[in-house]
Amino acid sequence: MAVVTGIKGIIKPENLVYQKTRLMTENILSYCPGCGHGTAHRILAELIDEEGLQSDAIGVSPVGCSVFLYNFIDIDWQEAAHGRAPAVATGIKRLFPEKFVFTYQGDGDLAAIGTAETIHACNRGENILIIFVNNGIYGMTGGQMAPTTLPGMRSSTSPFGRDVSIMGNPLKMADIVATLPGSYYVTRQSVHTPANVRKAKKAIKKAIDYQKLKKGTCLVEIVSNCPSGWKMTPVESNKWMAENMFPFYPLGDLKTPEE
Amino acid sequence: MEKELRLMKGNEAVAEAAIRAGVDGYFGYPITPQTEVIEYLMEARPYETTGMVVLQAESEVASINMVYGAAGCGKKVMTSSSSPGISLMQEGISYIAGAELPCLIVNVVRGGPGLGTIQPSQSDYFQSTKGGGHGDYHLIVLAPASVQEMADFVDLSFELAFRYRNPVMMLSDGAIGQMMEKVYLSPFKERSKTVPEWATTGKPPTRERNIITSLDLDPARQEVFNQKLRDKYEEIKEKEVRFEEFQCDDAEYLFVAYGTSARVCQKSVQLAREQGIKAGLLRPITLFPFPEKRIRELADSVKGMLSVEMSNGQMVEDVMLAVNGKVPVYHFGRMGGIVTTPEEVVDSLKSKFIGG
Repeated sequence: MAVVTGIKGIIKPENLVYQKTRLMTENILSYCPGCGHGTAHRILAELIDEEGLQSDAIGVSPVGCSVFLYNFIDIDWQEAAHGRAPAVATGIKRLFPEKFVFTYQGDGDLAAIGTAETIHACNRGENILIIFVNNGIYGMTGGQMAPTTLPGMRSSTSPFGRDVSIMGNPLKMADIVATLPGSYYVTRQSVHTPANVRKAKKAIKKAIDYQKLKKGTCLVEIVSNCPSGWKMTPVESNKWMAENMFPFYPLGDLKTPEE
Repeated sequence: MEKELRLMKGNEAVAEAAIRAGVDGYFGYPITPQTEVIEYLMEARPYETTGMVVLQAESEVASINMVYGAAGCGKKVMTSSSSPGISLMQEGISYIAGAELPCLIVNVVRGGPGLGTIQPSQSDYFQSTKGGGHGDYHLIVLAPASVQEMADFVDLSFELAFRYRNPVMMLSDGAIGQMMEKVYLSPFKERSKTVPEWATTGKPPTRERNIITSLDLDPARQEVFNQKLRDKYEEIKEKEVRFEEFQCDDAEYLFVAYGTSARVCQKSVQLAREQGIKAGLLRPITLFPFPEKRIRELADSVKGMLSVEMSNGQMVEDVMLAVNGKVPVYHFGRMGGIVTTPEEVVDSLKSKFIGG
């Protein structure tokens, strides 16, 4: 206990280099150690604060690991049924066109059960932001095969690896969305290194700015890890992600506005 | 202000009444026999006058979730569909009930199961009054029997939906939705400029964040919430029962029928009385809450009851529960999109209760 007191004594405003983002609540994150969700939440919370959007933001949380996102960022939230977040966000945005409306969805939510809602919201050009966290697996239910699981990748429902001849192929939803006339900005990022965190934050900031223009849907995919579902240490999972996920889901912009 | 008189289809009357009631948003998907609702709204373009949002969704699954989102903003929003589409909406309706969001869902019922027919039926009684989706919940269910009531019940639905923070279903059928009658339309009401304090509007610094959700992983807290819902439904049962009686005072036999069947039964009462059989009609206007008290009272003065429904016998179970064995209760009804005739109803009454 003496140590804690000691640290408190050392932390002075002039020495402060890092602290909890203002809009993150006191609730304890429900994520496994090393998971990318926490970082993705943080940059989102930072941006809502920095852009002065707390009183304009209405978020839609998904079903999946980030189902409790509404407990973590101090803004108004609606919890959607599995996959329905883009339809829920459509309802909100159509009634409140001046608000900042966004969804935060995993790959099972967005690319499997919610495929129709995602594609049609983006094709209508709903002026919303979709944050799509793709870790290639169903994390919350314990590591089952997702629409984004790589060929050959093991999961609890593809225990010998995804055999595409039986189980079908992984789906590149961001690429599909980029082809739709209603989408305005589509990019794929990651948050596994400080440099990538900065890039991802820049991309989300761009998307937030773009959605103010009301020119269509912005989608930011974040390729992320799932140490528990992949049965790896956090460090191993980040290495595996770079070696296996990025070649299949290359990072970078998929659609940028003509400026 | 004087009411405007028009000749309209039930579906058109719902749409016009919605604009006049100051509804903020409609989200829907075409399906026979209710497509006129969205067609009428698209033709009327209320987004240019009252500012009402009208959007055709990619499916009923999407439209009910758009309703969820917009209702979570504290707005007056609605959808309409017919039986197969309403089945698709059940997930969203359960979430709406769980998040306690007010909204209006219009079901212009057609025969089922499956694709069934496109003709009128009353086979969605169980689905509408007993929950429909997963979990313990009830919709408030209003059963219009005329084009006029399809119009009038729009405003009433929102009044009830907001009073109880509960979804309301208007359970019509293909006959009332499609037929034309004269209808007195209410004057235009302005759209509300305020929303309830629980609505997600963007969090001002002056309040805690608002969260619309139906999730609680703690079973003890979830049970408390379920008890709260139960108390709400009990209050609704206490205060919101609506029904209409037709020649019940001296009736020896009672027809219990709603919607189209109730109109048929009015004629059946007349035909029966012409043959010396004292028949009466109780027409539930609310199916949930069900007029069980009144039916129980009437069981003391009649010799039997006939539940007349265009179904295989669904409401009859609620009539039996209310009567609790005091007098015999039977069901009569045509199915598959066939509307019962008044003569068939009288014949059924005679064969079941009187003999011959």
